[in-house]
Amino acid sequence: MATETLTLGKALNTGLRRALENDPKVIIMGEDVGKLGGVFRITDGLQKDFGDQRVIDTPLAESGIIGTAVGLAIRGFRPVCEIQFDGFVYPAYDQIVSQVAKMHYRSRGKLSIPMVIRIPFGGGIGAVEHHSESPEAYFAHTAGLKVVSCANPQDAYVMIQQAIASDDPIVFLEPKRRYWEKGQVDLDAPLSDAYPLHSARVVRPGTDVTVLAYGPMVRTCLEAATAAAEDGRELEVIDLRSLSPLDLAAAYESVKRTGRAVVVHEAPSNIGLGAELAARITEECFYSLESPVLRVTGFDTPYPAARVEEEYLPDLDRVLDAVDRTFGW
Amino acid sequence: MAKGDPGGTTRGRRAAPRSRKSAAGDPELVQLLTPEGERIESVTGPDGNEYRVDFTDEEYRGLYRDLVLVRKLDAEATALQRQGELGIWASLLGQEAAQVGSGRALRTQDMAFPTYREHGVLYCRGIDPIMPLGLFRGVDQGGWDPNEFKFNMYTIVIGAQTLHATGYAMGITMDGKTGTDDGEAVIAYFGDGATSQGDVNEAFVWAGVFNAPMVFFCQNNQYAISEPLERQTRIPLYQRAAGFGFPGIRVDGNDVLATYAVTRTALDNARHGQGPSLIEAYTYRMGAHTTSDDPTRYRIASEVEAWQAKDPIARVRAFLEKQQIADADFFAEVDEQARRESVHLRERVLAMPNPEPVTMFDHVYPNGSPLLDEQRAQFSRYMESFEGSAH
Repeated sequence: MATETLTLGKALNTGLRRALENDPKVIIMGEDVGKLGGVFRITDGLQKDFGDQRVIDTPLAESGIIGTAVGLAIRGFRPVCEIQFDGFVYPAYDQIVSQVAKMHYRSRGKLSIPMVIRIPFGGGIGAVEHHSESPEAYFAHTAGLKVVSCANPQDAYVMIQQAIASDDPIVFLEPKRRYWEKGQVDLDAPLSDAYPLHSARVVRPGTDVTVLAYGPMVRTCLEAATAAAEDGRELEVIDLRSLSPLDLAAAYESVKRTGRAVVVHEAPSNIGLGAELAARITEECFYSLESPVLRVTGFDTPYPAARVEEEYLPDLDRVLDAVDRTFGW
Repeated sequence: MAKGDPGGTTRGRRAAPRSRKSAAGDPELVQLLTPEGERIESVTGPDGNEYRVDFTDEEYRGLYRDLVLVRKLDAEATALQRQGELGIWASLLGQEAAQVGSGRALRTQDMAFPTYREHGVLYCRGIDPIMPLGLFRGVDQGGWDPNEFKFNMYTIVIGAQTLHATGYAMGITMDGKTGTDDGEAVIAYFGDGATSQGDVNEAFVWAGVFNAPMVFFCQNNQYAISEPLERQTRIPLYQRAAGFGFPGIRVDGNDVLATYAVTRTALDNARHGQGPSLIEAYTYRMGAHTTSDDPTRYRIASEVEAWQAKDPIARVRAFLEKQQIADADFFAEVDEQARRESVHLRERVLAMPNPEPVTMFDHVYPNGSPLLDEQRAQFSRYMESFEGSAH
């Protein structure tokens, strides 16, 4: 077993390389993805090895990236589009929501758009405005799209390959503040045996409170669980991994044991993923709940200036505060 | 125009053809058949290309038949909407030559990306004209297989399809399918209003920098619903191409011969690796934008009458008659075929079943979704709860 220690960013790069090797129809498109290797270097070295017909530096126009990728997909290609930052996806929003998401439905299954839209998302890197957003709810709300987010290098390596191999259009959210965090990656495990792309995973078992998170907040919640354990409270942390469709079987099972649930995401709370999770957990686990489902999220402001983002973003203390509140009901 | 000798050869029957630098009255407009039905043998366009067609009599009659049929079927669809059988209809009335001319210029291997008004191109691609009526009746959202007929689904978001066409054309290059006579090319349809859209301008940029084998075919029908061309542009639309680095040309969109010649040249240039071009087919939307629209609120009758005199079908008929390429029996037979096909279309529209409600859950994802499975099951149980009741 070839296990290596990789950063999450390098794991994505290695997964993309593997996908390009395995299927000649896979192409990568985006701004600065060629010689530069992307502003986060996720496509580093790929154009050099696969050529500029497969790793394509595009004009600086996001709607153009997604719109032309639709045409390439109709032609039989499997485009992997990089949107440089979360806040720059909106010019492509119409193409994603009205075209990518609906083509299979409108054509009654005659056309598929096997596209992956990679978006580095979330805050915590001290960036200027439009570089730290969490737009997942816009896409998870759209029928016809699937939305996933990886939280560790092993998942990054496997999930990006699974997403590219899927015939569904997938918005692939990459936790940009975790790009440089390292983990063990098994490079040889066959994709066919891998953990399913659209399944959640319990990443830390516990008995007292169920904590649901995805992407960059998974690590925050694991740290909170470590801290809570020192106080004698066992948090069960679930990495949702798939935001659309949601896989909540493990969450329901967990909440029926713990009676308490806390949902954590960077995106604002209002009409966000947390609201859907709270509603569905309440519906499914009503008689087991000892407390309402609580949300720990970004605030309903535009993403603030970088010098206050640490106060905006959910952190260990805010997660623990919510955990405490579930015992105060 | 002198009458030819009816007993002579095909070409001998014709009046002496003329060559021109461009159409009378408009130096920018490529025209091969005047509104009076006068044939111009060849035209040197402002782009320096010589445009001509070399059709047999049978082919001329075929074009006339296409024009009459698509107009008749379109009129039938408008009537069906008026009778409540379609939710809405976007008529092509007045744009038959632009659509048949460009549609017949496509070679089998070429791919077309339409708006929602390209019923004439759809017809030329060999798709059953019933297909778009499902969309406008509200029983489905299209129906034909885009890859089988090389004609994409209708696109209602204005201009979005021009990017799809550009990407598809980039794929042709990546597949190595240009540079030969049997190379592939793409045509992207859009209107004058769409030229203001970001997507169309992005498509121009992309097609230019990637040298995409494609033709941007703009039917300038003078109106975007109620807004006249002047609200979209300060310069003639075809001139926009220059800024993007590829050729642009304006053709008389009511002239099926010139539209054919210009489109065929542009497509062949594209398939041979010479990159994109823009055609502005100068035409007029004789009817409303859709059946929900009232054009009397924003345009005057005299303008419509002036364009009526440039009708795309009348000029072909005049030409066929003058040149004795077709006789009264032929015109009667075409009218009878059009009548028969429109009756057949009507019968089939009326027989279109409503879809089973549960089918709304189908085809959302190629790989399905557990959420939809759950909602479909819930919905089915809910519907079954009514069975046997008198609701």
